[in-house]
Amino acid sequence: MTDTNPGTDVLRGEHLSKSFGAVRALDDINLRLGRGEVLALLGDNGAGKSTLMKILTGFHQPTSGTLHIDGEPVTLQSVMHARSLGIEPVYQDLALVDELSVFRNMFLQREITRGGALRILDDRAMRRAAASHLERMGVNVPSVDVEISKLSGGQRQAVAVARAVYSDARILLLDEPTAAMGVRESALILDVIRRLKEHSDVSVIIVAHNYAQVFDVCDRINLVQDGRITFDRPTRETSIQELTGLVVNEYRSASEAVTG
Amino acid sequence: MAYQENIETTGAPRGRSAGEIAGDWYRRAIVLLQWREASITLAGIALVIYFQWTSPYFLSADNLGVLGQFAAATAIIAAGEVMVLVNRELDLSVGQVYALAPLVMYFAQQAGTPLPVAVVLALAAAAFVGLLNGAITVGLRVPSFVTTLGMLFFVNGFNLTISGGFPVQPEAGAFWKTLFGGNIAVQVAWAVVLVVIFQFVLTKTRWGLHTIATGGNPIGAAEVGIRTGRVKIGNFMICSVLGGFAGILDAFRIESVDPLAGGTEIMFMAIASAVIGGTLLTGGSGTVVGAFLGAVVLGILKDGFTISGVNAYTFDMILGIAIVVTMIMNVHISRIRAGGKP
Ligand SMILES: Nc1ncnc2c1ncn2[C@@H]1O[C@H](COP(=O)(O)OP(=O)(O)OP(=O)(O)O)[C@@H](O)[C@H]1O
Ligand SMILES: [Mg+2]
Repeated sequence: MTDTNPGTDVLRGEHLSKSFGAVRALDDINLRLGRGEVLALLGDNGAGKSTLMKILTGFHQPTSGTLHIDGEPVTLQSVMHARSLGIEPVYQDLALVDELSVFRNMFLQREITRGGALRILDDRAMRRAAASHLERMGVNVPSVDVEISKLSGGQRQAVAVARAVYSDARILLLDEPTAAMGVRESALILDVIRRLKEHSDVSVIIVAHNYAQVFDVCDRINLVQDGRITFDRPTRETSIQELTGLVVNEYRSASEAVTG
Repeated sequence: MAYQENIETTGAPRGRSAGEIAGDWYRRAIVLLQWREASITLAGIALVIYFQWTSPYFLSADNLGVLGQFAAATAIIAAGEVMVLVNRELDLSVGQVYALAPLVMYFAQQAGTPLPVAVVLALAAAAFVGLLNGAITVGLRVPSFVTTLGMLFFVNGFNLTISGGFPVQPEAGAFWKTLFGGNIAVQVAWAVVLVVIFQFVLTKTRWGLHTIATGGNPIGAAEVGIRTGRVKIGNFMICSVLGGFAGILDAFRIESVDPLAGGTEIMFMAIASAVIGGTLLTGGSGTVVGAFLGAVVLGILKDGFTISGVNAYTFDMILGIAIVVTMIMNVHISRIRAGGKP
């Protein structure tokens, strides 16, 4: 997993920039993700983490820059295009529909249907598959038939993560997957990531605010500041103290610039 | 119907305490409230009982035919309006499409097209209006209230222009005339069949699921890869085609193709039916069966008042109150259903 052998990178972004009108959310980002690697993206609110993730899921198109998957340059046309290449996201807003049941959300846009072109929903098959998958993952919901609106914040997040994991993705993109979770649930999600790492060659990017939490599961850490990646190092070559220091220093120099 | 059974079985309390019976009633009430079409069904039953009591003529075959005349076309349009409302959009132009389709059919026939083909052309014209509604709303990000308001005026003017403002008579053999609703029983059958089909589409097919997802969480639906723009355009087309079809059915029944038929009157009745039937305007939630029952209840009210000699002005006042009251009830019932959460 070194720069001299880019063939092992499942995902590579070169000079990615993204502007929303006058707002430059991403500024010349270079990003790489090795096969089977877990990469943590850390950074302040508004740094551009979610925007970067949404470029990788095909939801946003970059203003400039290129993406490579397995060394091949690709332009992600749509979310479905990215999905067809094995990229599966958990968005920060979760992308769940309140009015639909847990199992219908789990199969949203990859429904099991019968009746050919009529696309009649095979609720029984989806209900069964969703229930057994959630149980295997240890996710606790009252029933797969309840509406999403009746779940707690943590349960909703668990369902969104379970949905992504269920898809047999090669690249999982998790945007703050444990933000609303209690200790037990966060441990559960991090454990799922650990298990994926051991038993498959899934590659993961995980956005987080809680450094300590992801420190144990990730192989490499990138720091996103102001639309740029300012720090890129394997986890074992850094420490929570160093990361905290970096962020605090930046804060200091920023406030000095304001006051001085 | 289930409700009436309940009355009978609890009518004879044998050796049970009042508390038990009250508990029973409470549980039944909760089960009933879980059912989305509950309020409109209760309202319908109560109104039938009331009008039958005031005038024994109410449930006669003749009068049921009159009721069907009002409810059938409204229910068909309401089915389309529900699909659009669940998408968190609105179609104000459907009443003009209701007049446009039979006109297109008539002129196609005049040009020598056989009737079945003329009907297909008429529905295609309706679909085209829906396509424009959807494409402008989605593609140019114009609120559908505005898009379809503009379309309302445009199609109205178009109808008057091509017809010269005068009604004409549809021409068809006995078979086609009957098939396309010349007989009120056939027209009601069309309404029932279409309502069943679209209730099924909304609740049991991928299209319906994506319609609910698009209205319930537009960004989330797009994030999982649903082509929300296409879903919306499709539902605008469904609504328009159903409006056009209802117009054709009514044209054969009334034996007149009137450029001023339908209009805002039937469009507002259809939206009122959807709303009092339990469809929320906030998207993501709706019921075609409820809208059908809503159309029937509006028909009962209108017809019942006519029989009892109440005039049309009073009807409008009561309709106005009914819309707001049922909306309040629906919002609160959804709250109970959601487990007390606001
Ligand atoms: N759709 C959009 N339109 C306009 N501006 C946007 C849009 N999405 C993001 N931005 C802007 O881009 C910048 C980066 O936002 P982004 O959501 O990527 O930050 P983030 O690092 O994920 O923050 P957080 O930790 O709060 O989730 C912000 O200034 C934000 O306002
Ligand atoms: Mg974010």
